[in-house]
Amino acid sequence: MIAETLYTGFGAWNPIVWLIALAVALLFAWFIQRLGEPDIPGEGESGKSYISGNDEPSPEDGHIGGSNLYWGFTEAMKGYYARVVPLHTGCLTDYVLWFLGTFALLFILIGVI
Amino acid sequence: MMDFIIANAPALLIALPMLGAFALPLVGRLGDTPRNAWVLGVALITFVIAALLAWTVLSGGPVLYTFGAASPADAIPADSGGIPIRIVFTVDAMSAFMAVFASFVGLVTCLYSVASERRSSGKDGYYALMLLLLVGILGMVCTGDLFNFFVFLEINSLAGAALVAYRIDKGVSVEAGLKYGFLSTLAGLMVLYAIALLYGQYDSLNMAVIASRMSYTMLDKVALALFVAGLALKAGAVPMHFWTPDAYSMAPGAVTAFLVVASQAGLYGLFRILFSVYGLTLSYVTVGWAVIILGVLSMFVGVSMAIPQKDVKRLMAYHAVSQSGYMLLGVGVGLVVLGDAAAMDAFGRTAMEGGIFHIVNHAMYKGLLFLTAGAIFLQTGTRNLNKMGGLGHSMKWTMLFFIIGALAIAGIPPFNGFASKLMIYESVFAFSPVIAVIAMVVSILTLASFVKVFHAIFMGPEQPKYEGVGEVPKPMLAAMAVLAIMTILMGVFPEQIVTTVIAPAADALIDQGAYVATVLGGI
Repeated sequence: MIAETLYTGFGAWNPIVWLIALAVALLFAWFIQRLGEPDIPGEGESGKSYISGNDEPSPEDGHIGGSNLYWGFTEAMKGYYARVVPLHTGCLTDYVLWFLGTFALLFILIGVI
Repeated sequence: MMDFIIANAPALLIALPMLGAFALPLVGRLGDTPRNAWVLGVALITFVIAALLAWTVLSGGPVLYTFGAASPADAIPADSGGIPIRIVFTVDAMSAFMAVFASFVGLVTCLYSVASERRSSGKDGYYALMLLLLVGILGMVCTGDLFNFFVFLEINSLAGAALVAYRIDKGVSVEAGLKYGFLSTLAGLMVLYAIALLYGQYDSLNMAVIASRMSYTMLDKVALALFVAGLALKAGAVPMHFWTPDAYSMAPGAVTAFLVVASQAGLYGLFRILFSVYGLTLSYVTVGWAVIILGVLSMFVGVSMAIPQKDVKRLMAYHAVSQSGYMLLGVGVGLVVLGDAAAMDAFGRTAMEGGIFHIVNHAMYKGLLFLTAGAIFLQTGTRNLNKMGGLGHSMKWTMLFFIIGALAIAGIPPFNGFASKLMIYESVFAFSPVIAVIAMVVSILTLASFVKVFHAIFMGPEQPKYEGVGEVPKPMLAAMAVLAIMTILMGVFPEQIVTTVIAPAADALIDQGAYVATVLGGI
């Protein structure tokens, strides 16, 4: 079974060609990696992680938690989030109001316009 | 025997899981193993019947099944004045497509539940509700009768709400189930009211009859607004999506994966009403833009709300909202150009195919992601991303399946999400470059969000608190593997899927005349 090209009307996509290209790229990557130094010292001071001269933290402290990632994104978008997050009140009556409001808008759009 | 099964496949598709559900309290008394075998057997046979029905439809055209008639194909009795008075199932390529993948996900989630629910009590009720949820979905996608559609919508909603609340977690899951049940019932009542408006005008509940008589009066417009609002709520479209993070996060993993399909049945209902019942009579540009706006809002609000989430299942629930936006967008673009043959040929059909293809792709990769989330919760007891880490050391298979699902939802080649998103991007770009760019940005944000989840759960040093954590039982891994394999195969062979299944499904929606003729015989 050979994958056929998917035509989207404007372009085309053939996953097999893409997979072959990926395999070639991975082969190159593997070849470049092989050129590296194989005998990295694994013990003693030279084998430790270097974190700007600081001690390596414990496993509990060393893992960056989910909420620490994308702090910059949420900070930059805080104006948006300050408006959108409070709308998610968790209150069922609010959900019903949103539903009725959306129906009213749809009715105006479909029935009147 | 085989001829009998094929001839009665639409009825068996509903009767079998219903019988399976109602017999469970008896079968369950025999023990865990007979009950599991019964549930898996019923789910497997249902899937086989759905596949047979799909094969019949794709090879021979739409199947008409009239309940109570001497011949199932005889929808209109001689003395009825030309009206099909019995309940009719009208299974075209779109219905068959939905039935096949819904029953497939039903089978996979039951397989997963065999292991994930093994330590829980009340399994008779749990599996009975799972099979009834399957009945609701299959009935919604197969029926050609509007009141019957409402009945199956209610079965879908009530079984879903009961499943959300089934595993009581300090009352929170009961609250989530109540919200889901209440809003679904409200949506169902709206749909029922819309059906009453159409019945009052056209003296029939049959979709094909109503389609043939549709005159798009003011009452029809009111009914249409009720349908769109009610079914869009069921599909979790913004700004009626609020129930999704509550319900999806509190339901067991297998249930959440199946609830995705239950929501997509609502989406199917919306498309069926718009294209097959109203068709060209409605002001398709206005209504199409309404669907597009719901889609764009769902895409952006869903993904932007997902990024700051700390609960892995709430995060995935917001992504489910976001992905539904792609389906609404693709099909909405097709609706806008429904009356413009040139635009339909140029990009409208491709947009619809992309949207429909995304439905099944979403069911596969989002189902997979929810199953991985369920596996992680089962082993760690938490959904909080801040409390996880280093699980890649001990849950390697789960990590692999998560990677496949995450790359697929982000639209990374060669997984299935890429193929359907590519079709949507390119066709929507021809319609509106700005909306296409929004769709691409949403994909990038989706990738960013799942990089965060992957890092938070699997990366980092092994955590001492998860020292004893190992891989989940084999049935759970098998269920995830099946969905992962489908995610890959549908990405590597997209043209085969589109040509064989998706294009006929899109054509079935577009060709309202063929739908009407299936029931009324070319009237």
